Amino acid sequence: MTQLTLAKALNTGLRRALADDDRVVLLGEDIGQLGGVFRVTDGLQQEFGRERVMDMPLAESGIIGMAIGLAYRGFRPVCEIQFDGFIYPAFDQIVAQVAKLHYRTRGAVRMPITIRVPFGGGIGAVEHHSESPEAYFAHTAGLRVVTCSTPQDAHTMLRQAIACDDPVLFFEPKRRYWTKGEVDESFEHAFDRARVVVEGADVTLVAYGPLVATAIDAAVAASDEGVSVEVIDLRSLSPLDLDTVEASVRKTGRLVITHEAAQFGGLGAELAASITDRCFVHLEAAPARVTGFDTPYPSARAEEHFLPDLDRILDGVDRALGRPSARDLLLTSGGAR
Amino acid sequence: MRATVPDDRLEAELPAPPDALVQLLDPEGRRRSDPLYDPYVADLTGDDLLALLDDLIVVRRIDVEATALQRQGQLGLWPPLLGQEAAQVGSARALRADDFVFSSYRENGVAYCRGVELPAIVEVWRGTAQAGWNPYDVNMATPQIVIGAQTLHAVGYAVGCRHDGVDTATITYFGDGATTQGDVNEAMVFAASFGAPVVFFCQNNHWAISEPVGLQAQRPIAERAPGFGIPSMRVDGNDVLAVLAATRRALERAHRGDGPSFIEAVTYRMGPHTTSDDPTRYVDPLEREAWSAKDPIQRLEAHLREAGILTDETSARIAAHADAIAAEFRAGCLALPNPAPLSVFDHVYAEPHRGLERQRAEQQAYLRSIGELEEAAE
Ligand SMILES: Cc1ncc(C[n+]2csc(CCOP(=O)(O)OP(=O)(O)O)c2C)c(N)n1
Ligand SMILES: [Mg+2]
Repeated sequence: MTQLTLAKALNTGLRRALADDDRVVLLGEDIGQLGGVFRVTDGLQQEFGRERVMDMPLAESGIIGMAIGLAYRGFRPVCEIQFDGFIYPAFDQIVAQVAKLHYRTRGAVRMPITIRVPFGGGIGAVEHHSESPEAYFAHTAGLRVVTCSTPQDAHTMLRQAIACDDPVLFFEPKRRYWTKGEVDESFEHAFDRARVVVEGADVTLVAYGPLVATAIDAAVAASDEGVSVEVIDLRSLSPLDLDTVEASVRKTGRLVITHEAAQFGGLGAELAASITDRCFVHLEAAPARVTGFDTPYPSARAEEHFLPDLDRILDGVDRALGRPSARDLLLTSGGAR
Repeated sequence: MRATVPDDRLEAELPAPPDALVQLLDPEGRRRSDPLYDPYVADLTGDDLLALLDDLIVVRRIDVEATALQRQGQLGLWPPLLGQEAAQVGSARALRADDFVFSSYRENGVAYCRGVELPAIVEVWRGTAQAGWNPYDVNMATPQIVIGAQTLHAVGYAVGCRHDGVDTATITYFGDGATTQGDVNEAMVFAASFGAPVVFFCQNNHWAISEPVGLQAQRPIAERAPGFGIPSMRVDGNDVLAVLAATRRALERAHRGDGPSFIEAVTYRMGPHTTSDDPTRYVDPLEREAWSAKDPIQRLEAHLREAGILTDETSARIAAHADAIAAEFRAGCLALPNPAPLSVFDHVYAEPHRGLERQRAEQQAYLRSIGELEEAAE
């Protein structure tokens, strides 16, 4: 086993995928000579050539549209969208074509396309470089949506995404690119199964991508106060591994969900509704969501006021436990609900 | 076999001047000689020409039958290709079996030429499926409804062919309206940058629903491609010989590995945009009348009669063939089964998807509970 950064773990995952299957091709802006703006594709064009690692003209719809044609021809394209906020020009090709072609053709045409998207905030970036657009894609039938939180998962899940015969939106937590961890290239797990990261008895805390590390910190802080938090890393956002969350909530009776994306219509809403549906009688309190606000992503020096952090997550834990929380202040002061 | 001509003239004639409309048959059916394009149709025998005429007449007959089926409530919608038969037949008949087509919704004449089963042509419009055929059976993707999206797929497929080391060409069909879409312009940049063996085939039928082509382009559409570095041709789209010759020329370039080409086939949409449209709100009847004098079938018939190739007997035989196809088409359409209730869940994913499986099971239980599901019909 070796210690790798999350970015390097993705890089070795791509290298393995390219080496194992000569139908795998990489498409993206600046992914060749430069190795990608985050260096995730570093050295791959030198090793596999310009036909397999293609620097693309600067058009996101074009990149995905061309990947579709390559998939028609039996290739397994892996596309890099340079930043989360630049996926929208490709929205039509992703949701109206990639997602639907297998369905449209009654299974005749497969779209084993992986779309890698560095996502999320916390890096002090300018507008369009800190967004969390995962819910748009999780809402779209025909797509699988996953995100990793550790170097091990980054490596394993990326290879699984590429091997998957369905299209996969692969969201990479960009502020964790430099996190280091052990990576065992032979490790395998069920691609669409959540992972219980920290076991606990009092509250289930569900996170994914960049906030898994924050959730772990919150669990440590809570344990100092005698509260035992079970942390779950969802990994897959479509499908959701409701079985794993349900089993945890049946044990704890309390659920907190956290994500950077806006709250309205987000993954937290879906999870809260589904878990309430599945284990209503086991819930001791309403599920609590701790998320980004229903605002555009703010400017860099304001992002700390937008992003869920340790304290806001702990406040959500308090709410789920029925303990005094910020919400009480709102109610007693007669503020808007 | 027809002779191949050295093709350095293709670049030499750029940019295509707007009045340089390639025409081998004028509207009266007179054969116009063209030293550049004649060699591309020099191999055609009398029987080949009659086969083209048969295609044109059959394609029109299918189109008329489909409109009738829609009026009778058997189709939800139909996009007539009336007037565009030569553009579609001429280009489709230039293709090799292994060449691959990415089209829009109006290319039902191309689908017929590719050998798509008759009822399969109409499935999408009857609403029994979202695609009528397996693209790999006929090397033609099923109709694309999002304007222009398919042009990028064609470029990807063409680049894939090059990676695979085969000389297969890809052709993509789109309309005059589509030329404004970002995807079409991106496709041309990508094709030029990668030297993709792809033919961009634009049917300029003068309308995008109610919008005249003048709203999309201030200069002939064919003039755009050279700006992308793509050789371009502008042909009389109602002249099946000119379309065949130009497409053969573009395909020759693609097969030879010389990269993309662009063809603007100038034609006219003689019918409504679809059966839901009311063109009387926007089409000038005089303009339409002027175009009816340029009908693609009449001119080939006139030419073949003049040449002594088409007799009354052959004409009757072709008409009977078209009627037989139409009857088969109609019967096949009416026999298409409605999809089974739970089929809406089929093929969303290629691999099992837990969330969807649960939803399907719930719907299955629901249908059983209301007695709407026979075990056999699932
Ligand atoms: C992206 C998109 N926008 C709008 C439409 C609705 N629409 C369907 S056909 C059409 C006109 C297309 O015109 P053109 O490209 O000239 O093709 P034609 O219908 O003439 O064959 C429009 C606007 C669509 N299908 N896709
Ligand atoms: Mg048009």
